[in-house]
Amino acid sequence: MSTLLETENLSIAFGGITAVDQVSLAVAPGQIHSIIGPNGAGKTTLFNLISGLYQPSSGRVKLAGEEVTGLPPEQLARRGLSRSFQNLQIFFRMSAVENVMVGCHRHERTGILSHLLALPNVRAENRNSREIAMAQLARVGLADLAEKEAGSLSYGALKRLEIARALATEPRILLLDEPAAGCNPVETEEIDRVIHDVAKAGIAILLVEHDMRLVMRISDEITVLERGRKLVSGKPEAVREDPRVIAAYLGTFGSEEANRA
Amino acid sequence: MERLLRNRWALVVALALILAALPLVFPSNYYFRVAALVNIFALAAIGLNLLMGYAGQVSLGHAGFMGIGAYAVAIGASRFGLNGAVAMLAGAAMAGLLAFLVGRPILRLKGHYLAVATLGLGLLISMVLTNEAGWTGGPDGMAVPRLELFGTRLRGPDTWYMITAGALVLGVILALNLIESPTGRAMRAIHDSEIAARVVGVDVAAYKLKIFVISAVYASIAGSLMAFLNGHITPDGTAGFLRSVELVTMVVLGGLGSVLGAIVGAAMLVILPQALTIFHEYEHLLLGLIIMASMILLPRGVIPSLLARLRGGGA
Repeated sequence: MSTLLETENLSIAFGGITAVDQVSLAVAPGQIHSIIGPNGAGKTTLFNLISGLYQPSSGRVKLAGEEVTGLPPEQLARRGLSRSFQNLQIFFRMSAVENVMVGCHRHERTGILSHLLALPNVRAENRNSREIAMAQLARVGLADLAEKEAGSLSYGALKRLEIARALATEPRILLLDEPAAGCNPVETEEIDRVIHDVAKAGIAILLVEHDMRLVMRISDEITVLERGRKLVSGKPEAVREDPRVIAAYLGTFGSEEANRA
Repeated sequence: MERLLRNRWALVVALALILAALPLVFPSNYYFRVAALVNIFALAAIGLNLLMGYAGQVSLGHAGFMGIGAYAVAIGASRFGLNGAVAMLAGAAMAGLLAFLVGRPILRLKGHYLAVATLGLGLLISMVLTNEAGWTGGPDGMAVPRLELFGTRLRGPDTWYMITAGALVLGVILALNLIESPTGRAMRAIHDSEIAARVVGVDVAAYKLKIFVISAVYASIAGSLMAFLNGHITPDGTAGFLRSVELVTMVVLGGLGSVLGAIVGAAMLVILPQALTIFHEYEHLLLGLIIMASMILLPRGVIPSLLARLRGGGA
């Protein structure tokens, strides 16, 4: 199995606190790789580093063998990396299908002058993007809500809308930050199905998720972070049994208990 | 009704019909003049609304670009012997170029900081127009030679009403085209979440700059038309800070993110001061009250709030 995304000793410090410390991991096409760990372990920070929102203090990110460390997110998107967000980042004033059409942006080729004049090639491109967007909405089960204003959709629907929007960029790797957070069991089931479907299409998936049952069920590989460091990495069964992982989770649980007492 | 307002071609046709029918009920040249001013300010407000209402970036210096357009036709015709139409296009190119050069550094700023930076730009343009008296006639302004097209001199408010109406319809069509294009989706996306736009591949800085340039060109063309209509221009009347504030007020009052709203806002702010003169010294008081009442009762601007009411969701 070839590697699509690779981080090498990736680190970032915020004023003396090392939020992500020497993290190395690799994801292959079609693989579902989950990052878990207690709150504050640096999962979302790691995502922000990989997706270009933060600049690493040290370490490297490679995408399909090419070094992409420090590239801005829009350039990473053009190279096939997109993501969803833990706290939703939706274009609320646009319809659901238009949200996904923005995801088609990197494939749109017409220029701004032809946009002003609404030349026939722009109309053709609009139709094409709409078709792609509708297909992605259908893929995540939102086809019925295509014309609704995004601001009026339910939380669970918006979570899937973000995935559809990211998929419209035709990524090679998709970073999903807690896609099932705040979702009811039916919606979680739906997200599970979507993730499997996407991985089956050969897209690599890096997942941050708190729903352990979901993580254990769908992951090919799990990396456990604790205080910014990689604690353990391996298959779900191995990670579940690892005494260090149990200690880390129980440790935080224990300290929360202690705080309450 | 709501569908009608949302269909872009219905809006264009309705606007064209109204603009064509108005001369039938205008009793005097005075009405043509005021209506021409509405068209001109509506054009500038539509451009500014692309920037503010769609891309979400404020500009408190947009009258500066109107000033460039106005002085381009005045100076171009009187000192360089350019045809007025050519001078107007040259002014638009200069305004666009200035926006391009200044836009890159200032559009990195957000919110209040961007507001103050654009305010500075507007003041700067206004100062240059006031101080370069050798070219511009200084604070007293300068005369604008009449536009000559195909051997006829264009004069009279009725003629300029028709020309500005044509320009407005054209401006509306171009704006609506843009909004429904890949560029339009990118700029609307930027307004709601820059970060989400970036992770799907939208170059946010490049799009802000493009929209800034387009809105500057709209303002410049409006400024040129105003110069032709009035025949005399001053720095304050074209590029002054109060003009910039007026443009922002039109956009917000009529409705951010609504092309029709920009036209309604422009009509209100041009017509009301004229209509309220019958109240003599209470004129400004009433204008202020009406603006406040409009914002309180229609908080998202006239058109978006009315649309929301029609939809039954309240304002």
